[in-house]
Amino acid sequence: MAKSQYPMAGGHRTPSVIPEERGDRRRRLGSGVVATVVVLAAFAVLQTLMALRVVNLYWQQVATLAGIMVISALGLNLVYGYTGQFSLGHAAFYGIGAYASALITRTLGGSVWTLLVGILAGTLLAGVVALAIGLPILRLRSDYLGIATLGFGIIMKVLFDNSDKVIPVLGGSAGMCGIPRLTTFMWVFVLATIAVVVLRNLVFSSVGRALVSVREDELAAEAVGVNTTKYKTMGFVVGCMYAGVAGALYAHLYAYLNPANFDFLKSIDVLLIVVLGGLGSISGTVVAAVAWTFLLEGLRVVLPAAVQDWRMVIYPLMLIVFMLVRPDGVFQGTEFGFLKPRLPGVK
Amino acid sequence: MAYFLQQLINGLQLGFVYALIALGYTMVYGIVRLINFAHGDIFMVGAYLGYFALSSRSLATVSDSMARSIVRLIPAAGTAGPVLALILAILLAMAGCALLGTVIERVAYKPLRNAPRISALITAMGVSLFLENFTNLKFVFGPTPRAFPRPFEISSFRLGGVEITSIQIIVFVVSIILMLALSLFVNRTKTGRAMRAVSMDKDTARLMGINVDTVISVTFGIGSALAGAGGVLFGIAYPQILPLMGIMPGLKAFVAAVLGGIGVIPGAMLGAVIMGVTETFTSAYVSSTLRDAVAFGILIIVLLVRPTGILGKPMRDKV
Repeated sequence: MAKSQYPMAGGHRTPSVIPEERGDRRRRLGSGVVATVVVLAAFAVLQTLMALRVVNLYWQQVATLAGIMVISALGLNLVYGYTGQFSLGHAAFYGIGAYASALITRTLGGSVWTLLVGILAGTLLAGVVALAIGLPILRLRSDYLGIATLGFGIIMKVLFDNSDKVIPVLGGSAGMCGIPRLTTFMWVFVLATIAVVVLRNLVFSSVGRALVSVREDELAAEAVGVNTTKYKTMGFVVGCMYAGVAGALYAHLYAYLNPANFDFLKSIDVLLIVVLGGLGSISGTVVAAVAWTFLLEGLRVVLPAAVQDWRMVIYPLMLIVFMLVRPDGVFQGTEFGFLKPRLPGVK
Repeated sequence: MAYFLQQLINGLQLGFVYALIALGYTMVYGIVRLINFAHGDIFMVGAYLGYFALSSRSLATVSDSMARSIVRLIPAAGTAGPVLALILAILLAMAGCALLGTVIERVAYKPLRNAPRISALITAMGVSLFLENFTNLKFVFGPTPRAFPRPFEISSFRLGGVEITSIQIIVFVVSIILMLALSLFVNRTKTGRAMRAVSMDKDTARLMGINVDTVISVTFGIGSALAGAGGVLFGIAYPQILPLMGIMPGLKAFVAAVLGGIGVIPGAMLGAVIMGVTETFTSAYVSSTLRDAVAFGILIIVLLVRPTGILGKPMRDKV
């Protein structure tokens, strides 16, 4: 059997390239060019505004943070939105990336190259830990997996709290200081763009279809020959590596890390973004991550001083109302046109 | 050995409080498959209601006069005023929390009954954050911790080298009474039977003429009432309360429910006792900074061996 009758079934045994119709290649190229131009233009505009100080340092910081949230949330969307594995321990991997990279740049000194090494190390370590943890616990189903990852997250937080007993530089519960301040808006923008491109190409490949098949019905996927363990683990590991990248960038944004930044609530934050944006939607995650970060910080600026305390009351209320009005998220699993592949049969 | 037994009693005290919270989690999950993240905050509200009740002069007057009228029947009850005050405070907290839990269910969860499960979960987190941050406002409870009033002096009894305080006895007695009442309610009453039916199969239960919405409301009410009682007991036993106090006990109680087998009422009690004892033993023998890690480590190991918890029934995959 040369070609499977069911291209959606996924797995490596089915050919990943579906024969293209005439003109598809050109259209696909066209949308790629449009996307590239849009991204470059957006970057140029933002960078110019920042260089000219039209956007003040505070909002630059917020924009950088938003980009970090984009990367982290894309990772969780791969784990939960595309693969269907409920994880409540995303912040642990964020923390692993942050601490590992910070340890490297603090030891080797701060430069563009050590930052790069740090990011790579943080990403890899997050991936290795995700593999070690994922292999046993990904056998659990839905809520139980959520609880196990939640437990893992809390264990990691305790380990960060006690990290100074093994490596004093990590600072334990007092926090780690003296991390070189290397993260710039450019780094975050470039890495976030790469994160989007990689994720987009992954989820629209045969691997991506296998991941989605696991999400939709694990038994059925297994029955048509998808190695569900392999794909679940893969989705989890790659998603956690995204968290590692985000954590490494975060560590070098504020030059200070505290275990409290990687607790249970941080995992919830990312989950909120993914669900608000719509599970299984890259566009939704990007929009929601940026909007959510700006909303949280924006309320700080917009609200008068007298009702500043209400900021933390308003945002959960908005969250509840939003969920009641639109329980499937903003994008409800769809994408911006330029992110969609132009292939026959895939809508 | 005495030290060991002493720690065991301390652990049981914590475990019983966790159990009261865990029961609400397990009942709600058993019926609507929702992790009600706001449950820990209902526990916190219960502690504050108990605080206000015990601080109020009128409650003390009422309970004193009640004690004096009981004296005519039981002469030994003459000094029972403070104990009556505590019982009244617990009942008030239970009533208040039951109301709060039902309102939350009606407003925030009921509209989402047919939505994806994750939206209800996110809403529950929203409710939890709202309760925490709203009560944190200065004109509500305020962010400063408050000392929980104790209506009577603590006395302690020695039992073969082990000291057991009156507070611990109260915690044990009250939680055992509540758990017995709950199991009688679930197993012996018509509503209890309806609850079990709905938890097995909501649609068939509806066909059998059960008002599913009422049953769900009752479940939220009872679960929240137990959490409220747990809040007052927690306040009496660990006398400092603040708006964020519900987060960790809430999480641990939930984990306890999963550990015992979520949806199974005896499982919640067993899991909670295991969590409480483990936590206390880790603090006593290893290090208090590691207690959360050990508790959650046990959870992960149990889940790997028995994915549906200790008393949970193994689930079969439906094809």
